Amino acid sequence: MNPKELMYAKSHEWVRIEGDEAVVGITHFAQEQLGDLTFVELPQPGDQAQAGKEIGSVESVKAASEIYSPVSGEVVAVNSELENAPELINKEPFGAGWMFRVKLSAQPQGLLDTDAYAELCAAEAH
Amino acid sequence: MPFIPHTPEEQREMLAAIGVDSIEALFEDIPAKFRAGELNIPSGLSEMEVRQKLDKTAARNHTDLTSFLGAGFYDHYIPSAVDALCSRGEFYTAYTPYQAEASQGMLQAIFEYQTAVARLMDLEYANASLYDGGTALYEAIMMAVRHTRRSRILISESVNPIYRVMLDSYTTNLKLDLVTVPHKDCNTDMDAMLAALNDETAAVIVQNPNFFGTVEDFTALFEKARERKIVSVISTYPVMQSILKTPGSMGADIAVAEGQSLGLPLSFGGPYLGIMACNKQLIRQMPGRIAGRTVDKNGKTGFVLTLQAREQHIRREKATSNICSNQALCALRALMYISLLGPQGLKKTAQTGIERAHYAANRLERLPGVRVVNQPFGNEFTVKLPVRAYEVIDKLLDMKFVPGFPLGRYYQGMDNHLLVACTEKTTKQCIGILAELIGGAL
Repeated sequence: MNPKELMYAKSHEWVRIEGDEAVVGITHFAQEQLGDLTFVELPQPGDQAQAGKEIGSVESVKAASEIYSPVSGEVVAVNSELENAPELINKEPFGAGWMFRVKLSAQPQGLLDTDAYAELCAAEAH
Repeated sequence: MPFIPHTPEEQREMLAAIGVDSIEALFEDIPAKFRAGELNIPSGLSEMEVRQKLDKTAARNHTDLTSFLGAGFYDHYIPSAVDALCSRGEFYTAYTPYQAEASQGMLQAIFEYQTAVARLMDLEYANASLYDGGTALYEAIMMAVRHTRRSRILISESVNPIYRVMLDSYTTNLKLDLVTVPHKDCNTDMDAMLAALNDETAAVIVQNPNFFGTVEDFTALFEKARERKIVSVISTYPVMQSILKTPGSMGADIAVAEGQSLGLPLSFGGPYLGIMACNKQLIRQMPGRIAGRTVDKNGKTGFVLTLQAREQHIRREKATSNICSNQALCALRALMYISLLGPQGLKKTAQTGIERAHYAANRLERLPGVRVVNQPFGNEFTVKLPVRAYEVIDKLLDMKFVPGFPLGRYYQGMDNHLLVACTEKTTKQCIGILAELIGGAL
């Protein structure tokens, strides 16, 4: 379910480290909780991401919720596909539904591995 | 909903239930010196006494004036059906339509109103309305600021000065840079506006017809604004949109308007109607309510408030605006007015006003020393008199005529300028008398 090579934030974002950059999205669990996504508000390239700080938001048919950046650094790319097709996040949260890419300014801190994240989801689901 | 206040007995029960012994005790958190003491209002009167008092006060209003006042608010004829339909309880005392299952009628009415506004402005979306034209303009600025993440606002001096005073007041404590570009002989100074566009600019704001009555085309300005990712905002006169080049076809991103001209009485300044329409790109920034059409689980058409994540009852700190009301009844009047007149009726109304204004301009130009300043104009124009405008206004008021709006009130060096408006209610006979009276006052 949750890919082994990823790291996870308690606020349900995932991180894929690629050299000195990180790709960020929201997890399968998060999109499931939100329901059908209707809109994604993303940062712009050049924005500064700060770990634990709000960086965007997602709206679904049920709710709106903030996205918190799991890492710190400069946003270097965003997934513009999501503007017209936010449902990509429902379909492929760990793939085509990626949200933005950050050039890391510091090593990520306090993220969970797959097992720890699975435990967190299990606890939250009850 | 019964409008019955609770009895002393019920008050005692409620206080006992929460464990306090007086209503006063509920306000303990507020230091006594800050609490409202006795209110400075007289004691109650009987219905008859109230009626007499109000009649007496109302009699002091000058309701018998022949008026050529416009300046953003116009005296149009309102079909009787508007009042009759609007006063139905279902509309008149309608509850906020948050529960779709209980408010289908009101939601559909709002949806139809939005459709009418969007078509009139030639833009994709409209909201359920805002308080008035000035509020709508402020909200448009904030949409542009949020969308562009910039803080410089470029506004033409030919935009209604009453709105510009409002904007000053609204933005006084915000980190915004409001730049006003002076008008040029009652026209928007296009060259100066173009030269003032830069990459810090969030919005460019113009008005059509402008405050002096001049009809303008902002297509080129909006095109240049778009190249720099600046949001184009146009303030309009809705009745005139039936025949003038529309905001949409000029390439505006947001159109706002004072909706008073659509079936609302002048009524001493309100309540009025803030109209707002925008293109798809800005829909998530649009403040206030938006009604949408959808289908229920059985495939039946229904209406709901939509895109509510923009609103403060969903995400208070993230709301696009803290406006949480709309002018539903005024919007409904506007919809009824538009529906009753139809496209042809609206056009005829606009054309008649324009014809009358041009007749008035011709009559006034024949007077010695009087000159019409602007071209082309719609149903309102600016004349320069050989004397101060107030002088003429004061003299004519004694004869129950209001010849127009003294531009010197808001524009330096324009003490002799008078803004004259006509509508379909202005008769040729009144225009003739106006010309005679002004001639006599010079």
